[in-house]
Amino acid sequence: MAKEETITVEGKVVEPLPNAMFRVQLDNGHIVLAHISGKMRMHFIKILPGDKVTLELSPYDLTRGRITYRYK
Amino acid sequence: MIQLKTSEEIEIMRRAGRVAAMTLDMIGENIEAGMTTAQIDMLVEDFIRSHGAIPAFKNYQGYPASACVSIDDEVVHGIPGKRVIHDGEIVSVDVGTIVDKFYGDSARTYAIGPISADKKRLMETTQKSLQAAIDKARKGNRLGQISAAVQHVAEQEGFGVVRHLVGHGIGRRMHEEPQVPNFGSEHDGPELQIGMVLAIEPMINLGTYDVKTMPDGWTVVTADGRPSAHFEHTVAITENGPDILTVA
Repeated sequence: MAKEETITVEGKVVEPLPNAMFRVQLDNGHIVLAHISGKMRMHFIKILPGDKVTLELSPYDLTRGRITYRYK
Repeated sequence: MIQLKTSEEIEIMRRAGRVAAMTLDMIGENIEAGMTTAQIDMLVEDFIRSHGAIPAFKNYQGYPASACVSIDDEVVHGIPGKRVIHDGEIVSVDVGTIVDKFYGDSARTYAIGPISADKKRLMETTQKSLQAAIDKARKGNRLGQISAAVQHVAEQEGFGVVRHLVGHGIGRRMHEEPQVPNFGSEHDGPELQIGMVLAIEPMINLGTYDVKTMPDGWTVVTADGRPSAHFEHTVAITENGPDILTVA
């Protein structure tokens, strides 16, 4: 079964939202809505405004992403 | 992170791959005009379960069936249903298996009755591009060499290489790192190492590479409505070169 291609980008968290969603500003200036990956939720990784994160975007919807990594 | 597999794990994956390959052999013997795609799915599910494996696609992220059956302009992820298969169509069947928690993934495109010369060339080229890609699955090569090999073979014939969907690493999960695109530069991507297992799956269109997803959320079709072919093997990178796990 083929996998939908994802694009990996980096950005900075600007605002935490309810339901473990975040507004993230990408390095290119765009602002996207991102949720946090299940694995990060499982390991209780806290994300705060100003944190640098890696996120995956789907080429189908570039306004939403999934946070997969938080830099320390 | 790319999960490397031990040779013992690769042997388990070979058992999963073998069931997937036998399933596709069985479909090759049975598929014919007049069948519905749901009948194919039933054959696939029964065969996989009666050979000691679990159908991997069933309920995968909500996918409702054991096989993906994609006809003509459907590229991949066609949901089986009441649609009847006709002579002159090309039908791609994609199956996944789980044995002892490890996955196998393979796909083939079948010609139903006599097909047009264009479709024949498309099928042959897609198969050839998969073969060329597998040949690059060697220790020390870059992942991009696999991608570039598919793209080279397909574009030489003037066909479109699907970009929205990619092959993938495979092991304890169906989709693992890395993504295995069917296009790109041979200088890109990680260096291939012993123990990597990849599902390499060129999806090649007769016309444009552009695709769209149908309202069912799964079925991917070509943007221009022209046919598409799909072949896939699960391949391990070993000391002795590429090792195709999805053979019967």
